[in-house]
Amino acid sequence: MSAAVSFDRVAAGYGARCVLDGVDARLATGAVTGIVGPNGAGKTTLLRVALGLLAPSGGAVTILDRPLGEWSRGALSRTLAYLPQGAAAHWPLQARELVTLGRLPHRAPFAALGGADARAVETALARCDASAFATRRMDELSAGERARVLFARALATEAPILLADEPAAFLDPAHQLRLMDLLRQEAARGTAVAVTLHDLSLASRHCDEIVVLKEGRALGQGAPREALSDAALAGVFGIAAERGADGAVGAIRRL
Amino acid sequence: MDGSVSASMGFTGAARGRARGASAVLWIALAIAFALSFLLGPANIAPGALLHGLMTGEGAAGVIAREIRLPRAGLALVVGAALGASGAALQGLFRNPLAEPGVTGVTSSAGLGAVIAIYFGLTAASVLALPAFAIAGALASAGLLYLLSRAGAGAMALVLAGVAIASLATALTALALSFAQNPYAMSDMVLWMMGSLKDRTLGDLAFAAPFTALGIALLLTASRGLDALTLGEEAARSLGIDVASVRGRVVVGVALATGAATAAAGAVSFVGMVVPHVLRRFYGYEPSRLILPSALGGAVLVSVADVAIRLVAPDGQLLLGVVTAMLGAPFFLWLIVRLRSEA
Repeated sequence: MSAAVSFDRVAAGYGARCVLDGVDARLATGAVTGIVGPNGAGKTTLLRVALGLLAPSGGAVTILDRPLGEWSRGALSRTLAYLPQGAAAHWPLQARELVTLGRLPHRAPFAALGGADARAVETALARCDASAFATRRMDELSAGERARVLFARALATEAPILLADEPAAFLDPAHQLRLMDLLRQEAARGTAVAVTLHDLSLASRHCDEIVVLKEGRALGQGAPREALSDAALAGVFGIAAERGADGAVGAIRRL
Repeated sequence: MDGSVSASMGFTGAARGRARGASAVLWIALAIAFALSFLLGPANIAPGALLHGLMTGEGAAGVIAREIRLPRAGLALVVGAALGASGAALQGLFRNPLAEPGVTGVTSSAGLGAVIAIYFGLTAASVLALPAFAIAGALASAGLLYLLSRAGAGAMALVLAGVAIASLATALTALALSFAQNPYAMSDMVLWMMGSLKDRTLGDLAFAAPFTALGIALLLTASRGLDALTLGEEAARSLGIDVASVRGRVVVGVALATGAATAAAGAVSFVGMVVPHVLRRFYGYEPSRLILPSALGGAVLVSVADVAIRLVAPDGQLLLGVVTAMLGAPFFLWLIVRLRSEA
């Protein structure tokens, strides 16, 4: 697996506050990389650095073998699709209109929607099982349906790298599983998928790789069973977990 | 699957048809309102004579057509277009259906700038002083609001900030008028606060139109960015949108259009709030689709309001801003109640 994004000793912060303190991590092509860690560990900040939304104060970020600094804003927006935390629509657009916003990186100013754009929008809607309510307004949809439309918006960009920040929050268990399926499908198509997750059980069952962040440092990266070992759960989260037959994280309790 | 896609395509076609129908109605309404605005007035002149006067400029009909009716009818279009488009863009930028130039204090600040330019003799130095000062006043208040929104002020906080800015600008306008020692200061102040299209000249129209056009053009360049902001700032930036530039273009575009309109007509409120809201039913919620229709709708609303004023009170005692406020203020309250019940 080649790395679509690699972070080498990346440092970043907001003003004087240092959030990332020398993080090493890789997001592999064709895989789902879960980024886990306690609140404030720097998960969102790591994604923001990769997206060019926050300039790193140290270290190097490489995207598809080119340093981040060499990417233009336009090229970067076609290469990385981002689903922010608590993603919401501020106006109740029609679902299809909202998904179409994902084509903005591909469209020249004032250019009409092209055939490729329309196809990408319909494909994204279909993959998220949202075609049936494509003409409904966002405020007429259930929370689960809205989450699928917002996810389809990110897919419509057809970017080779997809970064999703806490997409499973606020979803019921069935929708969480469905979302993880969608992420896995994208990875199977060759996309490098990174997803921040609080639910360690979801992370251990549905991710190929896990990056564990704590207080701005990456404590390691590896297969879920290694990265989320009993020692890691105790050291990072202060918890112990029951294990499924496959070694996946099950019910948890505080240590 | 196939069925649902083709059905939804049909719906998209229907939505497009609804927008086209609304545009056709707006253009026809605009033509009728403009014609009425041109043909109605205290001097009872037959339409034929007025048109003849407009073409030739001969006689009393010529003077009335060219010097009185045309500026008034034309300014109604320009002022309405400026306020409608500005309202649509501000609502997109703040992602708040309550935002509009009047409520946010942008028009009163533009009025303050205009008053300073007129009553302190700056217009004698340059004819551009009037629009320039009005635009500067609008820019100051729109910029301030924008900074407050950056500092994290929510929808209601922004509206309250606008109320404060509007009150301050109105007070400063009163202060400026008292210092100006103008015998007509009090009556003039009412004109600036409530707005009027009475007794305007072709010169007023000639200054207001280009700045308004420039402002609306600038707003249109920001429209894609406003659409992207529907997803929030971070997502918009990840889509390659230069959010700072979008904000700057909206603030300057609104200042140009609203400033120029206010310099010509005084502060007219609520047009920018009512029009986009009504048009969303036909054009959808995407900010980019609303800017031009809102300009059209604003032009229709202000023209109709100005015609209504002349029909109800032919002696010229009723001011334009009074009518728009009487329409708009109850609507504003209704919107607040509705937003609260949704939240």
